[in-house]
Amino acid sequence: MISLQPRQQPSKLMGLLAPLLALLLTVLAGLVLFALLGVPVGQGFYAFFIEPVSSVYGLSELGVKAAPLIMIAVALSVGYRSNVWNIGAEGQLILGGICGGAVALYFYEVDAWYVLPLMMLSGVLGGMLWAAIPALLRTRFNANEILTSLMLTYIAALLLSLLVHGPLRDPDGFNFPESRLFHAAATLPNIMQGTRLHIGALVALLLVVVTWVLLSRTLLGFALKVNGQAPRAGQYAGFTQNRLIWFSLLYCGACAGLAGLFEVAGPIGQLLPTISPGYGFTAIIVAFLGRLHPVGVVFAGLVMALSYLGGESAQISLNLPVAVTGVFQGMLLFFLLAADVLIHYRLVWRRTGVAA
Amino acid sequence: MFALPSLKATRIRKTVVVLAATLVSLGSLSAFADDHPTKVGFVYVGPVGDHGWTYRHDVGRLAIEAEFGDKVETTFVESVGEGADAERVIRKLAADGNDLIFTTSFGYMNPTIKVAKMFPDVKFEHATGYKRADNVSTYSARFYEGRAVIGTMAGMMTKSNIIGYIASFPIPEVVRGINAFTIAMRKVNPDAEVRVVWVNSWYDPGKEGDAAKTLIDQGADIITQHTDSPAPLQIAQERGVIGFGQASDMSAFAPDAQLTSIIDDWNQYYIDRTKAVMDGTWESVDVWHGIDSGLVGFAEYGPAVSEDVKAAAEVIKEGIIDGSIHPFQGPINNQAGEEVVAEGEILDDGVLLGMDYYVEGVQGSLPK
Repeated sequence: MISLQPRQQPSKLMGLLAPLLALLLTVLAGLVLFALLGVPVGQGFYAFFIEPVSSVYGLSELGVKAAPLIMIAVALSVGYRSNVWNIGAEGQLILGGICGGAVALYFYEVDAWYVLPLMMLSGVLGGMLWAAIPALLRTRFNANEILTSLMLTYIAALLLSLLVHGPLRDPDGFNFPESRLFHAAATLPNIMQGTRLHIGALVALLLVVVTWVLLSRTLLGFALKVNGQAPRAGQYAGFTQNRLIWFSLLYCGACAGLAGLFEVAGPIGQLLPTISPGYGFTAIIVAFLGRLHPVGVVFAGLVMALSYLGGESAQISLNLPVAVTGVFQGMLLFFLLAADVLIHYRLVWRRTGVAA
Repeated sequence: MFALPSLKATRIRKTVVVLAATLVSLGSLSAFADDHPTKVGFVYVGPVGDHGWTYRHDVGRLAIEAEFGDKVETTFVESVGEGADAERVIRKLAADGNDLIFTTSFGYMNPTIKVAKMFPDVKFEHATGYKRADNVSTYSARFYEGRAVIGTMAGMMTKSNIIGYIASFPIPEVVRGINAFTIAMRKVNPDAEVRVVWVNSWYDPGKEGDAAKTLIDQGADIITQHTDSPAPLQIAQERGVIGFGQASDMSAFAPDAQLTSIIDDWNQYYIDRTKAVMDGTWESVDVWHGIDSGLVGFAEYGPAVSEDVKAAAEVIKEGIIDGSIHPFQGPINNQAGEEVVAEGEILDDGVLLGMDYYVEGVQGSLPK
C-alpha cells in the first residue's frame, strides 16, 4: 500500500524535481494519447517533440515564440512572489504594441536610427501606464488588482481594434483593419539571417539575469519576498507595501509592453486587430511552471513554446487535430499540480499487517 | 462522409474537362510525368468543426481528395491565429513540399506574400485579400449577391419590420453584406430596418447566441448573421423566430427556423486550381465570382418559406446571374438620406472593396 506522509519540512529537492516529473508524465500520457488516436507512438513523439526543433529554423522559431512568454513570465514572477496578482499582462502587452506601433506609424518612412529606440521607449511606457491603473486602484482604493488588471485587458484589446479600424488604418488598405507595414527602420534587426529570431530573444535573456539579480542580490528583492511570505513581518521591518505593489506592477507593465512592441516590430511588422495569441495569459502558466524562478521560467517558456510548435507539426505530418496542443498544455499543468503534492508529502510503502 | 451530393454532378462535368486536359497534355508531352502526388496545403483560421467558413473550406479540400484520389495529398492546419503564427505555419507547409497552399483568411495576406517570396516555385492562393504576386493568386466570392437574395426574402417575411443582423468585424466585406441585404430588403419593404450587433469575432458561439437573444428581445423576428457558428439559428429555433444560415447548410441545427443559407462552395475552384498545378498551367489570377460561377450557392428553402417568397427569391437569383439585377444599383441613399449612388448607376468593384458606410435602413452607426 502506498500512502502519503506529511514531511517535516517542504522538500527543496522535490520543488525542483516536480516540474521535471510533470514533464515526464505528460510525455508518457501523450504517448498513450497518440496510441489511442491510432498514431504510431514513435512517429507521434518525433512529430511533437523533435521535429519542430530539428532544424536551425525550427530552433529560431522556438525562440520567437518563447521570447515574449519568458519576458512576461519573469516579470510576473516578481509580483507573484510578493502577493501582487497581476493577471492583465496581456493588456499591458497590447498597450505596448499600440504605443510603440503608433510611433512607428508617426515616423513612417523616416529612416533614422532613433525610430526604433523611441518605439521601444514608447512601448515600455505604454505597458507601464496600463499597469499603473491597477496599481493606483489597489494602493488608493484597495481594489483587487486581479479584477482590475484582467478587465483592463479587454479594454486594451478593444482600444487596439478601435485604432486599427480608424486612425491607424492603412490608407491604401481598402479599409481593412490593419495598419501599414512598418518600414525597415521601424522593424527589429534579426539575429540570424533567414529567420525571424529578433533581438527580443536576447532582451528576454537579459531580463532573466536582471530579475535574478534583483530577487537574490538586492534589498528590494528581499523586501518583495518577505512581503509575499509574511506581509506583517515586512511591515515591522519597515518595507512599505504600497511601494512594492507599485514596483511589481510597473516592472511587469514595462516588460509586457516591451514584449508587445517586439511582436509588432518583429514577427508581425504592423498593427493588426489581434497582436498576441494570449501570451500574457500563457505567461502566467509559464511563471508557475518555472517555480517563479527566473531560470525555471526560461525552461518553462521553452517547453510551452514547444507545445505550440509541436501541435502545428503534429497537425501537418500526422493530421492530428489542433486540440492536441491544448490537451498537452492541460496535462502539463495537471501533472505539475499533482507532483507538487510531493513537496509537502512523501510517499511511503506501508505494509498492511497480514503476515500469516 | 461529408462529400456533397453536388459532387457527383461536378464529377461528370469534371471528367469531361479532365479528358480534354489529358488530350492537351498528351499533345505537349508535358514534363510533369513524375508519379509523386501533388501536395496541397490549407491554413484555416477556425476549427474545421465550425460549420461555417472553415468547415466549407475543408469540404473543398475533401473535394480535391475525392476528385484526384491518390494523385494528391492534402494537409491542413486549423485555428491558426492571424498574427505572428501565420507566417511560421505557411512557411512550414511550403518547406514541407506542398505545391499549392491555400491561406483562407484575410489576415494571412502579408505572411502569405512574405513566404511566397521565399518559395518562388510554390503556388499560393490567398482568400479575400488584395495583394498578389507571380506565385500568389487571390480569390473570393461575391457573397453580397447572396445577401441581396436573402434580404428580399426577409423584407417579404418580416412582420415586426425589424431584422437582427449579427456581424463579426466592421470590415468592407461585412459592411457590403449588410448594405446589400438592406437595399434588397427595402426594395420590397421600405418600412423594414436592420439592427446590427457586432460581436468582434468570426467564431464565438456564446457571443453570437447572446447577440441573437438581444436582437429577438428588441423585436427582431428574423435573424441573419455574418459569423460562422450555427448558434444564432439555434436561438432562433428555440425562440420561435426564423433566420438564415451562414456559409453552410445549417438546417440540421434549426430545421424549422432556417429559411435558406448562403453556401460558400469552393469545391470546383479548388479542384480547378489543383488541376492547373498538376498540368503546369497555374497562373496568378484575381478571382471574384458570384452566384453565376457556383461559388455562391444556396441551401434548400425551409418549411416556413411560402411559394411567392420562393418565386421572388428566384427572380433575384436569375436577375443577378443574367446581369439584369445588380445588388448595388442606384438610387442608393446613405443613412442621412443623401443619395450616394444616382438612379441607374452601379457601384464599381473599387468602391465595393472599400465600402465603409451604411445605407439607409440600417440602424445605429458603423464602428470606426
